Amino acid sequence: MLHVKLGGPLIVEAGGARAFDIEARTIRELLTLLGDQHPHMRPVLEKGVSVAVNGTIYREAFLTEIPDGAEVFILPQLVGG
Amino acid sequence: MPQDSNPHLVKKQFDVVGTRPLRPDGIDKVTGRARFGADMFAPGMLHGAVLRSPHAHARIKKIDVSKALKLDGVKAIVTSDDMPDVTGGNEDLRVILCNVMARGKVFYDGHAVAAVAAVTPLIAREAVKLIKVDYEVLPHVTDVEAAMKPDAPVLHDDMFTAGVEPKPTKPSNVAHRYHFGHGDVAKGFKAADFVIERTFRTEATHQGYIEPHACVATLRADGTGELWGCTQGHFMIRSTCAGLLGLDASKLRVTASEIGGGFGGKTTVFLEPVALALSRKSGKPVKLVMSRDEVFRSTGPTASTAIRVKIGIRKDGRITAGEAELKFQGGAWPGSLVDMGAMAAFACYDLENVDVIGWDVVANRPKLAPYRAPSAPMATYAVESVVQELADKIGMDAIDLRLKNASGDGTKSSFGPTYGTIGLKATLEAAKKHPHYKSPLKKGQGRGVACGFWFNFGGNMSVNLTVNADGTVGVTNGSPDIGGSRASMCLMAAEELGLPYDQVHAIVGDTSSIGHCDITDGSRVTFAAGIATINAARDAVSKLCGRAAAIWGIPKDAVVWEKGHAKPAGDNAGKFKPLSLKEIAAQFSKTGGPIAGHFEVNADGAGVSFGTHIADVEIDRDTGATRVVRYTVCQDAGKAVHPSYVEGQFQGGAVQGIGWALNEEYVYGADGRMQNAGFLDYRIAVASDVPMIDTVIVEVPNPGHPYGVRGVGETPIVPPLATVANAIANATGIHMTHIPMSPPRLLKALAEEKG
Repeated sequence: MLHVKLGGPLIVEAGGARAFDIEARTIRELLTLLGDQHPHMRPVLEKGVSVAVNGTIYREAFLTEIPDGAEVFILPQLVGG
Repeated sequence: MPQDSNPHLVKKQFDVVGTRPLRPDGIDKVTGRARFGADMFAPGMLHGAVLRSPHAHARIKKIDVSKALKLDGVKAIVTSDDMPDVTGGNEDLRVILCNVMARGKVFYDGHAVAAVAAVTPLIAREAVKLIKVDYEVLPHVTDVEAAMKPDAPVLHDDMFTAGVEPKPTKPSNVAHRYHFGHGDVAKGFKAADFVIERTFRTEATHQGYIEPHACVATLRADGTGELWGCTQGHFMIRSTCAGLLGLDASKLRVTASEIGGGFGGKTTVFLEPVALALSRKSGKPVKLVMSRDEVFRSTGPTASTAIRVKIGIRKDGRITAGEAELKFQGGAWPGSLVDMGAMAAFACYDLENVDVIGWDVVANRPKLAPYRAPSAPMATYAVESVVQELADKIGMDAIDLRLKNASGDGTKSSFGPTYGTIGLKATLEAAKKHPHYKSPLKKGQGRGVACGFWFNFGGNMSVNLTVNADGTVGVTNGSPDIGGSRASMCLMAAEELGLPYDQVHAIVGDTSSIGHCDITDGSRVTFAAGIATINAARDAVSKLCGRAAAIWGIPKDAVVWEKGHAKPAGDNAGKFKPLSLKEIAAQFSKTGGPIAGHFEVNADGAGVSFGTHIADVEIDRDTGATRVVRYTVCQDAGKAVHPSYVEGQFQGGAVQGIGWALNEEYVYGADGRMQNAGFLDYRIAVASDVPMIDTVIVEVPNPGHPYGVRGVGETPIVPPLATVANAIANATGIHMTHIPMSPPRLLKALAEEKG
């Protein structure tokens, strides 16, 4: 079971919730499940987000496996210059 | 094989990495041999020019190109009619399409309306003057706070603020609300002995790259084409132009020229799809080169901002709560990158209670492009200014206060995730013990300190490494070299292969010669290309060991690679004279064919970066001019692959930040037109404006890279705005709350202080 926390653009789309408990093995599975359970979040998730797993920020490597009990944050997609 | 297969095992001893060889592109650049965007010519090439809007906001009623078409030498004219919307519902692409060529409405002074291809640049420019556009001028807004008002002219009738409840029923110029933080700030402020709240403004700045945008494009009737140009990402150019013009990406070959600066401003397209459309229509190659005026008015500057910061502190120096509200306008479409600023604002501090709200606002200005650590300098300026004011209030040393509150390993960051191994405290300690910080100030001088943070990231990278018959090695990747990536790739390949640096040569390949590579941005290339290069070299080493094993007639796993030679792994493997890379390479054809290594990766684990800066300034109280007399950058590089390049990044970031702090700003008139679109009136810092920037490379290895590398390109522009502001406050007693702190603005503040 993962405890997933939200930041930035997703909190309102999630109905004000800042965190969810969810069963997912990979980042892709996590985002798919979140979109299924909270359809309002789907446009933001599909547009692009970054996912931090135990402090490492992943921009697109969504096949990354998430260890059980990991700290997971969903953040806006990072942009650089 | 003595290879470390564990990416988290960071190598600590180096033979080549960490040395300072001559840069591979240096001679070409200083002798004028290097070819930049405007240096390409194609047989039969036409020259293009772009007609741009003189209005900040207007409806296009009619475009009449008949007179222009009759001008002798004009071969083609394109408008949005020649670039139909084939973006298929991709909103990001549709915005780019609207930005590169206005569709029905112009949204800012400088917005492209039409483009001409002609046999000479002069005829193209004359033809542009003959195009008649009938505009219905609309009310405009360029200021961020004015754009947020309920009665502001609305740019997009279909834009409703996202991220708020209840969902708005009326359109507005506010695109998004972002919210970050944790804890209870009200409780934190109650626990404080002192609370300071301030509001700040920062004006828009441009990246100020010296080379204007330029390209030469060919697009044939069968959909095949080539494009040469200056860009931070030619794979991005290919995919974006293919999406905008309905082309097959595989038929469009894009080659990146040398680049005269980008800093984020060349991470999108402006001229390229227009040049391709002109070529498609004329049947000839077309060259487009921007003037400096066009670069300012029509490419992407930073956001302009209004920021409120409130911080509480105990008398012992512990910060109890931090709160900020950021309002960023990023031009005529959403994407001010306020979310990056909101996440970076308090990233340097270990806070129990923090709350940051960001508002993404549109206004009648050119669409923002990222600029080096986008949005972090402005947010950091506001927060670090208040932190310094609090330090002064409780009489605590600026660095000691920051050390007391600094983020460290395991800190829950202000934007959420828990930090791994980070180097902020190491940079603060380095600054504290630096002779600069201990040196006495002269009368009238002031000293400032500030910290800064940037995320860094990795991304997609492909590397091919070829072993040549003469024992030299070629390395190819597809991310343009802006900050020294060719040198760093050569160093890392040489390190793995056990070769001298000068035996390895790196190039940037075109889109048809290498797998996809992302844009050069996010301080990512030395990190990501490093991972790809190291692994491509290890792939080649594995094959070299295989060839040696075949020559010796022993199993491959009985061969090891040491210092550029294949050797038997031990006595049991047999007694053979080690074979050098050159000796194995010379036999390639007889031992199985060409020898090469490859690696493709979407790299993550870039590792965040921190820096601490110190500035000394002198103020001319008669003119309001500020002169930076001493400046020091201390930054964590993880591992400096080529220390001279790293120092150059530190120095360049500091100088750009000093220019931003003191002079640079977009000035708009009441008519919504930019008034200073040139380097005479838009004042970037030049060599005579700054002292030698001293640097300290701090190395706290990044566990996400085999050599411990962290990106270094963006962080150094984050602290200077606050560092200089804090130095001015130290010299004058005035905490400036408006960037740039230009002579007129400081003179006014000094006069008001005097009463």
